[in-house]
Amino acid sequence: MFKLNIVPENTNFNFVGSRRFAYPLSILLVVASIAMFTLQGLNFGIDFRGGILIEIKTQGPADVEQLRSDIGGLNLGEVQIQEFGEPDDVLIRVQQQDGEEDEQIRAIETIKSALGDQVAEYRRTEFVGPTVGAELIESAIWAVTLAIGAILIYIWFRFEWQFGVGAVIALTHDVITTIGLFAVTQLEFNLATVAAILTIAGYSINDTVVIYDRVREELRRYKKMDMSALLNLAANRTLSRTFMTSVTTLIALIALAIFGGSIIRDFSIAMIWGVVIGTYSSVFIAVPILLVLKLSRESLSAGLDEEGGEAEGADAPEDGSESRP
Amino acid sequence: MVNYSRWAMIVTVVVSLLGVVYAAPNFLLSPEQAEHNYSLLPTKQMNLGLDLQGGSSLLLDVDISSAIRETLESVESSVRRELRPRGGERIGYQNLRVEGETVRFNVRDDADIEEARKRVSGIESGFTLETNGASFVLSMSEAARNERRQTVMEQAREIVGRRVNELGVTEPTIQQQGEERILVQVPGLDDPEELKAILGKTAKMSFHLVDEDASLQDALNGRGPAGSYLRYGPEREGRLPYVVKREIIVSGEHLVDSQPSFQDGQPIVTFRFDTVGARLFGEATQENVGTRLAILLDNEVISAPVIRSAILGGSGIITGRFTVQEVNNLSLLLRAGALPAPMTVLEERTVGPGLGQDSIEAGKVASIIGLIAVVVFIVASYGLFGVMAAVALLFNISLIIALLSLLQATLTLPGIAGIVLTIGMAVDANVLILERIREETRNGRTPISAIDAGYRRALTTIIDSNLTTLIAAILLFQFGTGPIKGFAVTLSIGIVTSMFTALMLTRLFVVVWLRRTRPQTLAI
Repeated sequence: MFKLNIVPENTNFNFVGSRRFAYPLSILLVVASIAMFTLQGLNFGIDFRGGILIEIKTQGPADVEQLRSDIGGLNLGEVQIQEFGEPDDVLIRVQQQDGEEDEQIRAIETIKSALGDQVAEYRRTEFVGPTVGAELIESAIWAVTLAIGAILIYIWFRFEWQFGVGAVIALTHDVITTIGLFAVTQLEFNLATVAAILTIAGYSINDTVVIYDRVREELRRYKKMDMSALLNLAANRTLSRTFMTSVTTLIALIALAIFGGSIIRDFSIAMIWGVVIGTYSSVFIAVPILLVLKLSRESLSAGLDEEGGEAEGADAPEDGSESRP
Repeated sequence: MVNYSRWAMIVTVVVSLLGVVYAAPNFLLSPEQAEHNYSLLPTKQMNLGLDLQGGSSLLLDVDISSAIRETLESVESSVRRELRPRGGERIGYQNLRVEGETVRFNVRDDADIEEARKRVSGIESGFTLETNGASFVLSMSEAARNERRQTVMEQAREIVGRRVNELGVTEPTIQQQGEERILVQVPGLDDPEELKAILGKTAKMSFHLVDEDASLQDALNGRGPAGSYLRYGPEREGRLPYVVKREIIVSGEHLVDSQPSFQDGQPIVTFRFDTVGARLFGEATQENVGTRLAILLDNEVISAPVIRSAILGGSGIITGRFTVQEVNNLSLLLRAGALPAPMTVLEERTVGPGLGQDSIEAGKVASIIGLIAVVVFIVASYGLFGVMAAVALLFNISLIIALLSLLQATLTLPGIAGIVLTIGMAVDANVLILERIREETRNGRTPISAIDAGYRRALTTIIDSNLTTLIAAILLFQFGTGPIKGFAVTLSIGIVTSMFTALMLTRLFVVVWLRRTRPQTLAI
């Protein structure tokens, strides 16, 4: 049977050495992301900013100019009107109205009566009042922070502090650059985006942990190997898995981005970016950083002796003898 | 790991097949068939979120503090009654007021302090009395506040439910969210304007007498008599001011029925009191023939007819320049009862049926295409083992759907995204194992030993990496809202099922294959 073997056997890339290029690149990306975030800001959706969103299907192709003048004349402040997918599909965004929630509801009624029979179907009507918007931001920040904190603690507990810190640095890198992507592209940043970012975090961690697990295993097996060679070995031996998983996930995400419909497209784009950046960061940031954080066998020794004495012990000499270039 | 006990095999096969059986209703039955369950086979289907089936979701905030204020005001008037009982001995006091969450007053004469303490102390449970010389402070305890909040929320949920049901919609859900919020979800409702109008009204109704002796001019200048207040008529009648006596003759609680009707071609509302209400109303109308009666709804004078004769039957009508719609809504509100506190709509999300259907279609297409592409890719990469992984993936998806149906979790659009993502990530555990087996084979191990080592070595990695993602997913569920929650549900379920299928199901395939064919080399 024909077999696809995209990643060749026995690769020997110097991932640890490539940090000379990868680190400046990543620092540049992170700084640029923060700069874009501060200078340009994010295109917050109504989930966070509050306001009104109405998606309509018009009778026949939409006359955006006409709609703009109809709704622009209602004195509701900033109004955005854009075509959304089909020519008769229009998205209307109206800024949050001054005053309480009642004002928002009144504004929706005003818009609906101004649109009259131009509308064939109201596909979506959403409004988020000022109170909820602030709370949603707060709960989203909490969710992200707690998730990252819990991951750090879990890895710390299962591995060593260097692994925990390394994983969180890689993770933070991914999250910041994803936010940077949203600042640059001005794609809408809403609750679904937060879900996407959290999944990226989960994915990135997953990827990093797999390689770290291998680092730990090789540390047990090769008691004398130079640390940077050992890190390279672990990254290379897991490379085809890293690659295969990224590709299968990307395949699913690309299907989602192309066929999943307009609402979920931004979400999928964020995820595609996240998988790419997450894969990069696991190999090029998370692995070399163990060297920078001065991971040593001594710091692991207690755990190694204990676990090495169990199941792995029997295999160690056998495997140790088949050392590879 | 190649030792697979008979029991483990049976359990794995049974769980996988149950997954198919429980997922099946989602594909084979129409929602109507699922509703009428006459068969022994499972019929539960996934709950579709409002973003998929269309409908309206409103988040309401209940103004608890206004209910608390009301409680305090009623304590204030109890104090007044206790200190100056009708026909009893009066105690002089001054400066009786509600301040923060306390009721305060001073007793004029020091000699009365003891007597005042005795009278006031029994007023209301949940209030603590502190005195400092002649100054009295009644404060509401934390427990009483919480209890009041709970009662108010329960009542509010009940009333909201009654009002929504009066609209004749199907299967609304009304849940409390957080401490002071109510989430109303009505599937299939694509124009919630009427719903909002109905829920936005407190509908506190009370009958008062108009203070005919007071001068309207004085009242407008803020010098009205103490026992009366200024209230206005509806906007469309030019907000006419009325001086209305504070004393309530009958309150809306005594209403037992209310219906829309017509009189001389004009839409009107009829109402009927219970026996207590009827007696109170009868007495008041008997004593005040010729005076105007003010009917207040949420502090607005909706009607102020002159009392022509005593109304003893306990029923009456409300006229005004109403439209048919207003009459329908008003009678509905009166029937359903008043909310214990005002509510505001904090958030609205309405999805029309067209968009929901489109989203389901798009989700299906994306899932199927994603699935086929992933299957082709892993089969191309791993050959026979890829086929096993692909079959396991199909079982994995049916398990996810089965669990969503069994738990009656709600599938939302981000949830579908979670499933599609799981399709991609579920392969990961298999990839980990297969890559490891490849590696061990290259190192010169025999097939059985390579497979055994592959599973054993991949196991800790799979557990570590999946647990970290699961931790993140659970926190998302706990602290996230709306779409984040829906996504976290499918992601968590997906992690659990993909661990099961990789560690149990594909291993079963591999072990059975090993035992049957006893291969000398592994083509992987």
